[in-house]
Amino acid sequence: MSAAFFHIVGRELRATFTSAVGYIFSVIFLAFTGWLVFQNLFIASRAELRFFFELLPLTLAFVVPAVTMRVFAEELSTGSFEVLTTLPVTDWDIVLGKFVGAWGFIVLMLTPTILYPLIVGQFGDLDAGPVVGGYVGVLFLSGLYCAVGILTSALTRNQIVAVLVGWAVCSFLALIDDMLVFFPGAITNVVQYVGADFHFKSIARGVIDSRDLIYFLSAIFLALFGTSLAIERRK
Amino acid sequence: MIDIRNLTKDYGATRALDGVSFTVGRGEVLGLLGPNGAGKTTTMRILTGYVGPSSGSVAIENVDVGEQPLQAKRRIGYLPEFAPLYADMLVNDYLEYVAQVREVPQAERRTRIARVVDQCGLRDVAHRPFRELSRGYKQRVGLAHALIGDPDILVLDEPTAGLDPNQIVEIRNIIREAGKTKTVIFSTHILSEAENTCDRIVIINRGRVVANGTAEEVKAAAISGLEIRIGLAGATASEVEGVLSSLDAVTGVSPVAEVPAGTDVLLDVRCAAGGATDSAADPSRDIYLAVKSQDWILTQLQTTRQSLEDTFRELTAHPQQSANEEDT
Repeated sequence: MSAAFFHIVGRELRATFTSAVGYIFSVIFLAFTGWLVFQNLFIASRAELRFFFELLPLTLAFVVPAVTMRVFAEELSTGSFEVLTTLPVTDWDIVLGKFVGAWGFIVLMLTPTILYPLIVGQFGDLDAGPVVGGYVGVLFLSGLYCAVGILTSALTRNQIVAVLVGWAVCSFLALIDDMLVFFPGAITNVVQYVGADFHFKSIARGVIDSRDLIYFLSAIFLALFGTSLAIERRK
Repeated sequence: MIDIRNLTKDYGATRALDGVSFTVGRGEVLGLLGPNGAGKTTTMRILTGYVGPSSGSVAIENVDVGEQPLQAKRRIGYLPEFAPLYADMLVNDYLEYVAQVREVPQAERRTRIARVVDQCGLRDVAHRPFRELSRGYKQRVGLAHALIGDPDILVLDEPTAGLDPNQIVEIRNIIREAGKTKTVIFSTHILSEAENTCDRIVIINRGRVVANGTAEEVKAAAISGLEIRIGLAGATASEVEGVLSSLDAVTGVSPVAEVPAGTDVLLDVRCAAGGATDSAADPSRDIYLAVKSQDWILTQLQTTRQSLEDTFRELTAHPQQSANEEDT
């Protein structure tokens, strides 16, 4: 990993922070999850974060591709991609730099939600295991969505196409676990394993299983590898 | 220093480059000329490692760009056409970012940026976002981007395209200044620019190198003959054409549209090579003698030097087009 990688991460973070899209979707995300948690707390009078964590795969499937859509598509359409790739950097510096930059932004966006368990904890007994597990799961889940979003962004120079395909793929990963009835019995296990929701829930229960980690890490790697191929193909 | 060998590049069924070879010496300023779509940009993109060639190779002091792209890219500052830099970044921030990526030591960074900002005249816009700058400033930021890593080689794709004459002069001065210590390759279709700024010119047409040398050499090599303008009174065009065409040296005669007062016939006479330098073979003697033998009054006899524009047109006009021109 060369020094260029860290500077690319820094630029990506800054670029996302200075883009309106990044802010708009962070605000939507925080407003929506905040409403979810507090209506549950004050109206239903339940001191728990179940809804928050259960809906995260779908909420993030909506937010993350919107944040990552510009990552490559914008560079491809303005031509700055040519400037970037002719700097002394490797393709992996670029792919990983952009991935870590986008992931970093999502993690920063998630940071204020730590207030939810802190506040909710004041009103009742909150089990620490699922909360910690939930946050560990969310790290991996958002990493996977970022990798998918970056891949779709690298496949097109049109940001709208990138976000639409990103939404499609991420919501597929989020929802497939609930649609297993539509698949023939023989392959349900395989389909379930492909879905991100299944692995997220498993981690969010507070049990960190190596199978779930292997799933996330290999899926992230696959998406990033696909991204590097998409970049290579542009040359 | 740069050795471009037999490059070909196919985009689908289209062959963009067809065996392009040339070398660039250390410290040389080389102009890459050619009509739009000739392959200038593709050549530069292969040289800078942005695209790979279909066959052939580029080596920078024995470092193959395809095999060791990182090492090659460290030595090249590249400005693509239209300077497509990050629009949202402030000029200073952008230059700092490039300096970081290019691993300019921290201690040197500030002074390096200040120097390049001065060199490219960017002081007034250093704290403005790139998007808001005028075309001329954008191009200058592009040059600063190429210069910031202090590379040995500058590759500039049409650095003066779309600029007004004052801006062109400014950019050209920056290039000339940089060319004192660096190897520079730039493309243009302003021929006088190439003639003034470059040590050497390579003309590319339809993916092939059609000329390579100093401006003078390129012109000399391309001159297939010279052109003599002759004005006569008391003659008709057909008579004169008949007489002149019978001369050995004359290869073609074409009338000039605007005939000045006092002259009845004005013709451009193309002659086979021989050249104005060799008086024995000077075709204007023969032409004069031929005219003298007739009862015509000579009002004008002038050898026109071929300009680089003529050479360029001659080298790059499609055969079909030039055939059509002769018909009309």
